[in-house]
Amino acid sequence: MAEKVLKKGNEVIALAAIRCGCDGYFGYPITPQSEVMETLMEEKPWETTGMVVLQAESETSSINMLYGGASCGKKVMTSSSSPGLSLMCEGLSYLAGAELPCLVVNVVRGGPGLGTIQPAQSDYFQATKGGGHGDYHLIVLAPSSVQEMNDFVELAFELAFKYRNPAMILADGIVGQMMEKVELSPQKPRWTDAEIQQISGSWATTGKTADRAMHVITSLALDAAVAERFNEKLIQKYNEIREKEVRFETIKCDDADYLLVAYGAMARICQETVEMARAAGLKVGLLRPVTLFPFPSAELQRLAPSLKGILSVELSAGQMVEDIRLAVEGRTPVKHYGRLGGMVPDPGQALEALKQLFSI
Amino acid sequence: MKEEIIIAGFGGQGVLSMGKILAYSGIMQDMEVTWMPSYGPEMRGGTANVTVVLSSDRISSPIVNRCDTAIILNQQSLDKFEAMVKPGGLLLYDPNGITQPPTRSDICICKIEAAEEAARIGNAKAYNMIVLGAYLKKRPVVQLDNVIRGLKKSIPERHHKLIPMNEQAIRRGMEAVIDVC
Repeated sequence: MAEKVLKKGNEVIALAAIRCGCDGYFGYPITPQSEVMETLMEEKPWETTGMVVLQAESETSSINMLYGGASCGKKVMTSSSSPGLSLMCEGLSYLAGAELPCLVVNVVRGGPGLGTIQPAQSDYFQATKGGGHGDYHLIVLAPSSVQEMNDFVELAFELAFKYRNPAMILADGIVGQMMEKVELSPQKPRWTDAEIQQISGSWATTGKTADRAMHVITSLALDAAVAERFNEKLIQKYNEIREKEVRFETIKCDDADYLLVAYGAMARICQETVEMARAAGLKVGLLRPVTLFPFPSAELQRLAPSLKGILSVELSAGQMVEDIRLAVEGRTPVKHYGRLGGMVPDPGQALEALKQLFSI
Repeated sequence: MKEEIIIAGFGGQGVLSMGKILAYSGIMQDMEVTWMPSYGPEMRGGTANVTVVLSSDRISSPIVNRCDTAIILNQQSLDKFEAMVKPGGLLLYDPNGITQPPTRSDICICKIEAAEEAARIGNAKAYNMIVLGAYLKKRPVVQLDNVIRGLKKSIPERHHKLIPMNEQAIRRGMEAVIDVC
């Protein structure tokens, strides 16, 4: 087993990118995720694996550099925090429309606008419902530990290439800034040209040869009938992702009367809330969505009938709670508890909210 | 075993690095650890704090509402964190610059004249290791040899020649800690 080191979540994103054979990182600094690019610059992967690390002039540039790199079948990524992500949304829609695999990391801070640099989860809608225009989805992974910041980089690239779709790691200021023990993945080489040909040769712009037609990377479909067929193809893909890629963790759900639903750092806090509740004789469980798109709706549906209530605990004004309500379709009452603007509830406050909202 | 520690003071006192060394010492002792810094506007305003959790089991929340130990290095932090110490817990502080000392009677209060000791050693940078030593004397949650191993992990190799000086500062802190109540 590899040695365990003490690292920040942001540092681990950078190290995991190098180690999984990422070809290029393009980004622009913003708190609370600046350590991603700082770590890459310190590690100088261009001298070892050949990975390109570039500080672009803006987030808009970064995301369009991803479009270029991904078009060539390369493993490319960027990272930013909320206001930066808003600037990238046009590019994300184009990447999704052109079916390009890539990784975007959002270490979320409080909004709206310039907001605060403190942790938040108020970009859930932006991450799971679009952000950019058109009927598209990103594959969204929500790490709740530094170890998952490592593990999800490779997983996100794997899913992105499997479905030819942009993937997002939706972290928050806590997971990005905290240090934990982590076992880093072993170093893998970057893909060779031959491997890229094998993996993405059917669509990527790897250089036209005489024996094949030109590959065109575009999201433009002026003919409405063509555009509709393309959208239907996308929907089919998203449905396949919904069917096959749902990931979640359940803690003490089997006999639970009340269920907390929380992701990311909030799930860690709620884990302790569950321990406190159980110690006080309350049967409380926790469902932690690991993928936010696809959302673990079926598991919620399965659990709902035996529950007296579900509490969505988020660092937002109530975003994920809408997906929970859609999933359980009124089978059990669903309430929301959240802190805003970078404030983070402690485990006791979440327990108090549960008791109060369900009159326990 | 689980120990939740808040370390708070001015930026530059080595609050964050003391926490990191403590966390690394925990890893050396096969414990689970989390280290959660303040990185917000208060950091820009000159104060810094970090929450370190050391545990023999998987750690759920890196955010705590109560702590077993508060290590306090300035007045603002004392005002903010004194109330968060669990009854029976430990509050360790450096009286340098403290105008209103802690008042709670349900916790163990200790002080360490770390600024003075660092001046006596002639090395202001040893400050946080003196404080760490004082803490470890009162709460031996990690063994000293694991702290030295933790130090080696958390400071760059080019500075490893400073480890004996740090060890000496930790030992000095262990001797100089005073029980207030």
